[in-house]
Amino acid sequence: GFSARFNKFLANFRSVDEDFFEELEDTLIGSDLGFDLAISISNQVREAVKLENIKDKKDIRDLIIRLMVEQYEEQGQDEDQSMHFAPKGEPTVILFVGVNGVGKTTTVGKMAQRYKDEGKKVMMVAADTFRAGAVKQLQEWGTRVAVPVVAGAEKADPASVVYEAVEKAKAEAADVLFVDTAGRLQNNVNLMQELAKMNRVIQKVLPEAPQEVLLVLDATTGQNALQQAKLFQDSSEVTGLVLTKMDGTAKGGIVFAIRDQLHLPVKWVGFGEKVSDLRTFSAEDFVYGMFKDLVE
Amino acid sequence: MAFENLTDRLNKALKNLTGKGKIKEEDLQASLREIRLALLEADVSYPTVKKFIANIKEKAKGAEILEGLNAPQQVVKIVNDELTALMGEEAAPLNQSEKIPTIIMMAGLQGAGKTTTVAKLAYKLKKEQNARPLMIAADVYRPAAIDQLEILGKDLDVPVFSEGTDVDPREIVKHGLAQAKEKNNDYVFIDTAGRLQIDEDLMTELSDIANIAKPDEILLTVDAMTGQNATETALGFADCLDLTGVVLTKLDGDTRGGAALSIRDVTGKPIKFVGQGEKPTDLDVFYPDRMASRILGMGDMLTFIEKA
Ligand SMILES: Nc1nc2c(ncn2[C@@H]2O[C@H](COP(=O)(O)OP(=O)(O)OP(=O)(O)O)[C@@H](O)[C@H]2O)c(=O)[nH]1
Ligand SMILES: Nc1nc2c(ncn2[C@@H]2O[C@H](COP(=O)(O)OP(=O)(O)OP(=O)(O)O)[C@@H](O)[C@H]2O)c(=O)[nH]1
Ligand SMILES: [Mg+2]
Ligand SMILES: [Mg+2]
Repeated sequence: GFSARFNKFLANFRSVDEDFFEELEDTLIGSDLGFDLAISISNQVREAVKLENIKDKKDIRDLIIRLMVEQYEEQGQDEDQSMHFAPKGEPTVILFVGVNGVGKTTTVGKMAQRYKDEGKKVMMVAADTFRAGAVKQLQEWGTRVAVPVVAGAEKADPASVVYEAVEKAKAEAADVLFVDTAGRLQNNVNLMQELAKMNRVIQKVLPEAPQEVLLVLDATTGQNALQQAKLFQDSSEVTGLVLTKMDGTAKGGIVFAIRDQLHLPVKWVGFGEKVSDLRTFSAEDFVYGMFKDLVE
Repeated sequence: MAFENLTDRLNKALKNLTGKGKIKEEDLQASLREIRLALLEADVSYPTVKKFIANIKEKAKGAEILEGLNAPQQVVKIVNDELTALMGEEAAPLNQSEKIPTIIMMAGLQGAGKTTTVAKLAYKLKKEQNARPLMIAADVYRPAAIDQLEILGKDLDVPVFSEGTDVDPREIVKHGLAQAKEKNNDYVFIDTAGRLQIDEDLMTELSDIANIAKPDEILLTVDAMTGQNATETALGFADCLDLTGVVLTKLDGDTRGGAALSIRDVTGKPIKFVGQGEKPTDLDVFYPDRMASRILGMGDMLTFIEKA
């Protein structure tokens, strides 16, 4: 993992010279932080080392951690990490978007359970009418968490299924409607337009909805996640990120870069396949997880 | 900055450079730095990048600049040739068993594209060789994983062997293989559940399945958008299984797909197929040279160089 590499790197370095900074850049890049940000952090370290005349290994370690935490928090200053809801009496619509296989459907299931536990009346709609078994998958989640699932006819137009579900949520006074959409790659123009259409259809019934458009990102994704965030933001107003598969060995460092460039907050973290494997995002925990071996 | 073309970068780095003869040492340094960054930006893992750059340095030192090329183009050519060589020069075909059935087993992280790839491969063999494949549904964990494979099977008219979710995957595989023998299927695909390489129980299950089935082909399925973690994942799977090849999925996106290089580098296994979409027909044989120029972010540049 990142921390192991980082430790090895610290153990290996003898003096703070150009090789050291090159190595630091590489190491930061090695955690999927992205090139620009890695360079920027490395440069900050370079400055601070000069300024504070740091020579000691332990001091430089502390400095790097401090800088990264600062950088992270600074980027998120104006971000709103909370979930937004419709005024009472109107359903809140939460739309899940993202590329293929990142964990949208699973996260919908987990989150439905969560809001149901809070006493909300929850509904889900299977707007992935494309992928084999997608509707069935959401329906199984529906059974698992005892939440009703709206599904259309096979291969139906996803926008029409969503329309039906929004009407239903309104008529039945549901509190939250989760929309599970099909995975789509951000460079697929037609599918991105389909997403925009879904948004319009929702707004026909509920002009203020969707209150949340959550872009689901797989923590193992590299630099392409930045492109994903950019292009999904273009087609629908993404309000936040869900970072999944954090139970694996990837560190999800790309969210640093996304915060840096697009100022999208991570709202949720998925860390497993079970219904309880979901928590709200905490910057401290995230940075700590990144440097766990180093700090302990 | 992101996804900038390597040639543009080199051109910037080597602005003042003209003339022929050997590539100068200091110019080489500048270009090596740009190459390093381009590879990292493409998500090639950094140990692989290091090794690769050292290689290039050796190769480029003595190289004469070819007629019709300028120095940056020459460097690009060296890099591209080297990358192609590393990636494996030739397309690698699917292993064949002497006796039917040829058994192909999938492995990989969650959501990588295993199930989709099974269907694509079965469809390809059916179409191209009139094959009679059987697909075994050995994922009893993911909700509706069996339904997914069964729907695909129905659409493609390929039989699926399944025993629900209450039977151990090892048993399912045993029974599925017995049925294949009985029904004379010439290919058997085993669709396994996605799992983390650090999940000991599930990794044991996977190696048990491999011991039972003795597959001719164990294909690690990897998402082309994977970042620096690709190496660790690939090594984890390679530790527990005798991988025979790799399938790189979701290459229809705009990712550079540098993970391909890292995986090839650490496993030494050929990338055999690439997934280029969600439809059964969206599977292609892997061509190392195309991947090389993609990682470097080059389009027409290469055609130009090839002509020189
Ligand atoms: N380890 C782990 N696996 C996860 C997590 N979230 C989802 N998965 C698994 O990842 C795979 C894909 O999850 P899905 O929820 O189907 O992903 P999706 O984005 O809906 O996929 P498509 O609809 O096909 O685009 C499944 O095997 C899930 O069980 C997580 O946080 N950790
Ligand atoms: N765009 C694109 N999507 C793909 C490709 N291959 C698979 N997918 C999609 O990726 C998602 C996950 O594919 P699956 O085949 O379910 O992946 P898996 O590895 O079987 O997933 P688990 O069984 O949950 O581990 C689905 O939405 C597929 O349609 C590809 O080459 N391109
Ligand atoms: Mg889904
Ligand atoms: Mg599967």
